[in-house]
Amino acid sequence: MRAFPAEIVLEAVANGLLTGAVYGLVALGLTLVYGVLHIINFAHGALLTLAMYAAFVAWHAFGLDPYVAIVPLVPIFFALGYALQRFVIGPASRGDDSNILLVTLGLSIAIENLMLAIFRSDTLSVQVPYAMEVVEAGPMLLSLPRLIGFGVAFLVAAVLFVILALTDTGRAIRAVAKERVGAALVGIDVSHVYAVTFGIGAACLAVAACLLLPSFYVSPRVGNAFVLVAFTIVVLGGMGSVPGALLGGLFIGVVESLSGLYLGDSLGQIGIFVIFILVLLFRPTGLFGARA
Amino acid sequence: MTPRDLLPILAFAALAALVPILVTAGTTLNFAIFTLILCLAAQGWNILGGYGGQYSFGHAAFFGTGAYAAALLQLKLGISPYGAFATGIAAAATVGFVIGFLSFRSGLRGSYFALVTLAFAEVFRVLANAVEFTGGAAGLLIPIDVRPANFQFASRASFYLVALGLVVVALVMTRALERARLGAQLVAVRENEQAARALGVDVLRVKLSAITLSAGITGAAGALYAQYFLYIDSNIAYGSWISVEALLAPIIGGAGTLFGPIVGAVLLHSLAEFTKSLVGRIPGVDLVIFGVLLILVVRFPPRDLPGLIRRRLGR
Amino acid sequence: MSFLEVDKVSKRFGGLLAVSDASFTVAEGSITGLIGPNGAGKTTLFAIVSGFEPPTSGQVRWRGQPITGRPPHVLAGAGIARTFQIVQPFAGLSVRENIAVGAFLRHRRRADALEVAEQVAARVGLSAELDKPAAALTVAGRKRVELAKALATAPQLLLLDEVLAGLNPSEVRDIVPVVRAIRDSGVTVLMIEHVMQAVMNLCEAVHVLAQGRIIASGTPAEVVAAPAVIEAYLGHGAAARLARHA
Repeated sequence: MRAFPAEIVLEAVANGLLTGAVYGLVALGLTLVYGVLHIINFAHGALLTLAMYAAFVAWHAFGLDPYVAIVPLVPIFFALGYALQRFVIGPASRGDDSNILLVTLGLSIAIENLMLAIFRSDTLSVQVPYAMEVVEAGPMLLSLPRLIGFGVAFLVAAVLFVILALTDTGRAIRAVAKERVGAALVGIDVSHVYAVTFGIGAACLAVAACLLLPSFYVSPRVGNAFVLVAFTIVVLGGMGSVPGALLGGLFIGVVESLSGLYLGDSLGQIGIFVIFILVLLFRPTGLFGARA
Repeated sequence: MTPRDLLPILAFAALAALVPILVTAGTTLNFAIFTLILCLAAQGWNILGGYGGQYSFGHAAFFGTGAYAAALLQLKLGISPYGAFATGIAAAATVGFVIGFLSFRSGLRGSYFALVTLAFAEVFRVLANAVEFTGGAAGLLIPIDVRPANFQFASRASFYLVALGLVVVALVMTRALERARLGAQLVAVRENEQAARALGVDVLRVKLSAITLSAGITGAAGALYAQYFLYIDSNIAYGSWISVEALLAPIIGGAGTLFGPIVGAVLLHSLAEFTKSLVGRIPGVDLVIFGVLLILVVRFPPRDLPGLIRRRLGR
Repeated sequence: MSFLEVDKVSKRFGGLLAVSDASFTVAEGSITGLIGPNGAGKTTLFAIVSGFEPPTSGQVRWRGQPITGRPPHVLAGAGIARTFQIVQPFAGLSVRENIAVGAFLRHRRRADALEVAEQVAARVGLSAELDKPAAALTVAGRKRVELAKALATAPQLLLLDEVLAGLNPSEVRDIVPVVRAIRDSGVTVLMIEHVMQAVMNLCEAVHVLAQGRIIASGTPAEVVAAPAVIEAYLGHGAAARLARHA
């Protein structure tokens, strides 16, 4: 293993934190869905892929800058997520664990391969003037898109926190997460809450996609790469824990950055999987999760 | 297991053996051999997922290990292809045991188990792609040397019969499992682990036996793939496509049944070929249909179908 | 040496002390009752004795040997079988196949296990339902299946957890002789029960659990009259009030 000068390592850590925040945003949707619906959404990665293609098309066909595309894409993906849970996943699975696994898997296969069929397997990317810009922070050069991503991710997390804590819908969501039957008994429409939660998760993905687009290629399998990272974050940060998702994201971002530095790109990914497997084997409820 | 138990299997074997006699077109036989390889992979998944109720999303880990082991032993150590094939199966079974031991001992089940198998398969894929020994991104090419002693046959019909033979062996093993104590205990674990425990079933041992057997059979499919197509790389061997196919076929054809994986594999592949003939070679279309089919099968389970139809007609 | 000895067993779940310093014995060949108000900790005690939960402290001894903390399948093999309060059938299987799972513990061959399943089914009155799916039976039927599964493991000690719950009086009347016949065939029975008529009818000895503690032990008649027991069920001061109005 090569030794690197301190500034390089520091920069890798800083960039890791920045990217990690967006990973955290991706994981946020996943952990929210788990915390409320108690399901592991295997279609999460495919939805991210879909969102990235949508943002790409917005840029390619309509000239929308990815950051601007957030505005139309968030409501569109919220609606899509809502519809998927309300009309596909919910009815198909009837609450059975194995069925939910299969239905979300089916969705992920269908969506990913639809993208493959439409866009083929070429990797695509957007060309935006600020993609390569850097910001000087002391000895480090931080990528501008990643800096923006960091800020927006935290902003979204904060907005989400406010929604959950202060709005009626947020209270309903928290009620259903804690005690589904009790919530139904006091008149909360559980299917609606489930669908809203799923919609919020999809909306988070839409934002994350727009934040990632300036720095990452789009391909049909891109969501997959991110989703395993997202799963690792969720499992590490605790299933259902929103702060856990953000903190876990930062941690994983740094791990990925450092592994990439020391092990090279192809082996770098392994670091994350190994962590994932280890956490699953030894503490599947995560470092923040409730005791099983 | 009585001779009567074997009758359906023999009937199937006899019918299927007719195929190379009735069909001589190279492409059709190719399709048939590929379908049989997938049947075998699916039969492996069915033992753990169908009978055992433990859904693995990473059976590629076993398929790929069988494939790479068989290929590497021939290429690097000059071992006879038949020996390499057998060792490939053993290697896959060992990997199955290890993954099973780690996962089941930690009490992983349901979605957590599916996740961890997915992760293991990905680790294997990334490693195989990165490491020189396995050919890296370029993959492994088994040199063409067409001799029966070298497990390479001039006629596709011979390969077909070999593949069929393996499928039949897997059928017999599955039937034997159904009739044995292990089979009853495995199904009990699937239906209700707590209750099984209370009746003296050693749940860990049963799950480990199931995953080892399952991995070995799917590993055989991988080794056969390598031997027939003579080329593998990390995406072919450890790619998610095979995890999906091995899972989808039994679910659609009937999880936990003897012929379910075969029915499912044939159905899925015929559907894929049919779609290709309609829309041409657009990559991914067949899998889109598979995905939709999976959702539909879960929404309208085949065994509920008669009741559903009756209700709709009754209105 | 007692057949089954629970020795100062306590069980804590986080902040909740479910069982506190419980001690009692079960005599071989008896039908012993474990009664008490809801939430007293009876099912937790069963879980501890059958190996599903380890106690926080204390010991369980079976024929003089400590069995504390052994896993359920090992204890089942040793001869301790239990039923569950909320019945746990193998839903996808027929009644015969359900019972056979228990029989497979002692018989390797499928034919033998299926035959034993038929015999056990006859003992509990399920012969007519053998080929029906277990999930299709009534509550009473499913309770019999639960009983049959445990019996098929050829136990020496049978732990019955509220096997009569949810049954109407005539169904209760039908099952009571079945339980007695099980004991007469050489199986010791420890039963959690709320249906008092059955407890009085069947049990030779009764232990009363309230708020995690054993508060009385003796014959059914003795225990039912004990003031501590009356208070556990009817509230503080009830014994005195009843005595005044007697």
